[in-house]
Amino acid sequence: MTLDEILQSLFPHGCQLDGHDGILYGQATRTTGDAVQIIGVTNGVAPGVDEAARLSRYLLDVLERGQREPIVVLVDSSSQRMSKRDELLGLNEYLAHLAKCLIYADACGHPTIGLLYGTTAAGAFLATALATRTLVALPGAHPEVMDLPSIARVTKLPIETLEQKAQTNPIFAPGLDNLARTGAVHQIWDPQIPLAPQLESALAAQAAHGGDVRDQLGLQRKGRLKAAHIRASVYRLAADAG
Amino acid sequence: MKPALQPAVPGEPSYGAAITWYESTARQRIAGLLDRGSFNEFVGPMQRETSPHLAMFDLPAQFDDGMIVGRGTLDGNAVLVAAQEGRFMGGSFGEVHGAKLTGLLRAARDTQSSAVLILFDTGGVRLQEANAGELAIAEIMRAVYEARLAGVPVIGLVGGRAGCFGGGGLIAACCSALAVSEAGRISVSGPEVIETHRGIEEFDSRDRALVWRTTGGKHRWLCGSAERFVDDSIGAFREAALALLAHHAAAGLDSLLREQARLERRLVRFGDCDDALHIWRAMGAGLPAALPELDYAGFMEQGAPIREASDDAR
Repeated sequence: MTLDEILQSLFPHGCQLDGHDGILYGQATRTTGDAVQIIGVTNGVAPGVDEAARLSRYLLDVLERGQREPIVVLVDSSSQRMSKRDELLGLNEYLAHLAKCLIYADACGHPTIGLLYGTTAAGAFLATALATRTLVALPGAHPEVMDLPSIARVTKLPIETLEQKAQTNPIFAPGLDNLARTGAVHQIWDPQIPLAPQLESALAAQAAHGGDVRDQLGLQRKGRLKAAHIRASVYRLAADAG
Repeated sequence: MKPALQPAVPGEPSYGAAITWYESTARQRIAGLLDRGSFNEFVGPMQRETSPHLAMFDLPAQFDDGMIVGRGTLDGNAVLVAAQEGRFMGGSFGEVHGAKLTGLLRAARDTQSSAVLILFDTGGVRLQEANAGELAIAEIMRAVYEARLAGVPVIGLVGGRAGCFGGGGLIAACCSALAVSEAGRISVSGPEVIETHRGIEEFDSRDRALVWRTTGGKHRWLCGSAERFVDDSIGAFREAALALLAHHAAAGLDSLLREQARLERRLVRFGDCDDALHIWRAMGAGLPAALPELDYAGFMEQGAPIREASDDAR
């Protein structure tokens, strides 16, 4: 689906988006009549320090008003912008700040929903989609931590060998299904039916389940068999130690 | 391992304060940071909770997966501690490695423990288990900030051989406060990654002076990205940790607004600079090219009057 098709299906009552060069923000009306806030890293853009600061500025304005509207984060990005200037200026702080604004919004009662409909990778993924409490995706979305040729270079293995290994254990391989198995993606939406009711059910589900459940999802989907158990063991020992 | 029958003695670690942090192992750093005999590890190497994904690549596993978590005391104060071992898989975040830190932080949040110290030493995501590592970093970022919102300070210490790269850099920027040494390089995309994607004209990863002045601890401290600049010794990191436990940013809307202002100010003041030397000159350094050469005392003397304030803005 294109961004326009997604917006029409998600917000049939319309939406007002500002921004440029793929960095979008604005609001829309839910089918319930309530307001929803939107930020987006779209059109395959690679967010750097400037883009991250614009998005966090918008979120902080929303947080200051204290209306507790849901926040939808639209993602079709590249990786974070890779440049000397961005690292010189401290890109890690700008990306983490954006993520913290989303995490804080959730803690204050703004439900946060990430909608991944294109590509995303690495630090851009962490600062946007993975910082929401519920991440949903449309079929065809393509998240990756790093592309297979780069993994091949680091692991010094031919791509054919990696593709073969991915058949039995896709823990390193890019792709929506592989990320979903780990628990990173809560749900894959159906593009054949309107998205607005799917958003409403995602919001209802989020209200019903507190906290970060991604390690439980990874266990249920057999994509991360050890994480939930290790996390629980350490949690028990640390909590007992008080 | 906890030595038997060793009473905890506040102020007297069991490992030398003068020893270099950079060259030490994660376990040596913990021994030198905490009070003697106070460290108690959770899910330690005896449990043999190794990565289930490395055998597929014919790589050896390590019994602690390069992450050591536990509790101890720092000058008598109870703390939870996590330390990454940069010598194992570059301190990278894999499934087990990350899950230990997530568990520690969530326990801190729910029990409102006194503090968490994270001893960073990481290249970022472990590519052999990239999806699990990336998600672990997202879970840790959330757990760090939720612990802070519950009133638990999370203090980051950066000065290891692997630096603090990739998602590690994002986690560090979620902490209440950071202490860095000169060797404490913090960045998202590593120099080699930028060179691979953008070419040697954009970033020459073999130009060590360029790499260090762009990502190193001196630059990060001058820009206000870290609260404390410390000499490369375990004792210096211990002193910095104690100071930061006494004073750090509280999480919430106020500190996020201050951070927004701090980051926007940096773009206005230094957004057109294309080298750290230009930024330092714009800050008011008389001889910017001399800063990388200065020893700790000399650098503090030159840097303290001109550095950007951190402003409890995190």
